Amino acid sequence: MSTYTADEMMSVAAARALSGGQRCFVGIGLPSTAANLARRTHAPDLVLIYESGALGSKPDWLPASIGDGILAETADAVIGVPEVFNYWLQPGRIDVGFLGAAQLDKFGNINTTVIGDDYANPKVRLPGAGGAPEIAANCHEVYVVVRQSKRSFVDQVDFVTSYGHGRGNGERERLGLRGAGPTLVITDLGVFRPDPDTHELVLTAVHPGVTVEQVREATGWELRVADELATTPTPTSDELAALRALKEASSS
Amino acid sequence: MAEIASLSAAVADLVRDGDVVALEGFTHLIPVAAGHEIIRQRRRELTLVRMTPDIVYDQLIGAGCARKLIFSWGGNPGVGSLHRFRDAVQHGWPVPLEIEEHSHAGMANRYVAGASGLPFAVLRGYVGTDLPNVTDTIKPITCPFTGETLTAVPAINPDVAIVHAQRADRAGNVQMWGLVGVQKEAVLAARRSLVTVEEVVDELEPVPGGMVLPSWAVDRVAEVPGGAHPSYAQGYSERDNAYYAAWDTISRDRDEFERWVERVRSGEVVRAS
Repeated sequence: MSTYTADEMMSVAAARALSGGQRCFVGIGLPSTAANLARRTHAPDLVLIYESGALGSKPDWLPASIGDGILAETADAVIGVPEVFNYWLQPGRIDVGFLGAAQLDKFGNINTTVIGDDYANPKVRLPGAGGAPEIAANCHEVYVVVRQSKRSFVDQVDFVTSYGHGRGNGERERLGLRGAGPTLVITDLGVFRPDPDTHELVLTAVHPGVTVEQVREATGWELRVADELATTPTPTSDELAALRALKEASSS
Repeated sequence: MAEIASLSAAVADLVRDGDVVALEGFTHLIPVAAGHEIIRQRRRELTLVRMTPDIVYDQLIGAGCARKLIFSWGGNPGVGSLHRFRDAVQHGWPVPLEIEEHSHAGMANRYVAGASGLPFAVLRGYVGTDLPNVTDTIKPITCPFTGETLTAVPAINPDVAIVHAQRADRAGNVQMWGLVGVQKEAVLAARRSLVTVEEVVDELEPVPGGMVLPSWAVDRVAEVPGGAHPSYAQGYSERDNAYYAAWDTISRDRDEFERWVERVRSGEVVRAS
């Protein structure tokens, strides 16, 4: 058995969540790594959609940005940005929105705007929304991949950039949002899914070697653990080889 | 009809202090050289509009050219933060920066409305987020046909739009291909427009997926080979990912950044590597 890092476990777990034929709107960074790994392993038919206007990209390495040339050159179709959002995302043609987060709260709301309570005088100014608010609203469901710590995994986000389940209990439906919102959160420690009734994120699996106590320590709210807690299967040598080959190709 | 001009003459003619200026290009075809020319000509009090204010707006903001930024994502793509943008928002350096913050879908639709001669655009967006609480250009609107509540955003009609393209012919017809972002919408929404191109050619050969902006829809064309660097022009150059990483170091420190600005103002060709 080869050794692997927590980040590699996270990317592999996130990749496994995607299946062939799904249409996936991909954020740059961790989501793009996972989606490309899925396409290179068990889901070759996965359709990757990048907000820069590349539909069905098949890059041989991980793009550094959302609009690298390789995304356009390997796409089924290249379109303008208004078309991406209006014709493809807004009507509900995309199955999975795959997002990262600077801050994520216990109801799956995402903050990528500011850290601190005062928007006008933020402690830290983050990049902002990008495509995420409408990806989170209009994809059939949303997967979030994020490195977990008490700073990133908070009771309530400082700013709701992208709406998850609000404060829970069906708020999302009441607002008329058509997608199901975050249904899966993958971190470097484990996997979370929303409780079907309250929509609070519940720990449903830990990665190999991770204890519930470690997850609790890295969670900024009182962690709930599923009755039947699973352990994520260890990355296979094929998965690790494919992930490392993608990263190797990107840095060369 | 578009007039073919030098970059410095085009910027001097079209960009004025206090203007609303949009430099567009979604990762690809970013008119970076034109941004440097605006810094060189010391424009002030600009309202800068751009979906993805990346390195080029970090430079303009740090150089003190802007009083306001209208945007949807401000980062160094694939690298991290924009340090000059953050310094301006968090500390008001070198001058305070007002921000008007949207999502990509909202900004794209604002350009579409501007290009379409409409006062606003409608979308399914922003619902449940805190953005409408901090941005007063996001409002609910009721569909007159179904009664459904949707979101309205006002048109953007910049005083000047600047984009980069692969090439133009001598009559000033502009041709671009690859990821074309909101370049067409920005040019058509703007009162005045400048397109920098990799080359001016005798005849525009058709390219699969290519788009042409007719000469009569553009005010100035300037030939600026490599004018998108460190962004790229498909068919001409590759994205210089190392420059984006190097910018993180230059922009992190005010003194180092100011030395960089002096190099731009003195007309030195600026490369981070």
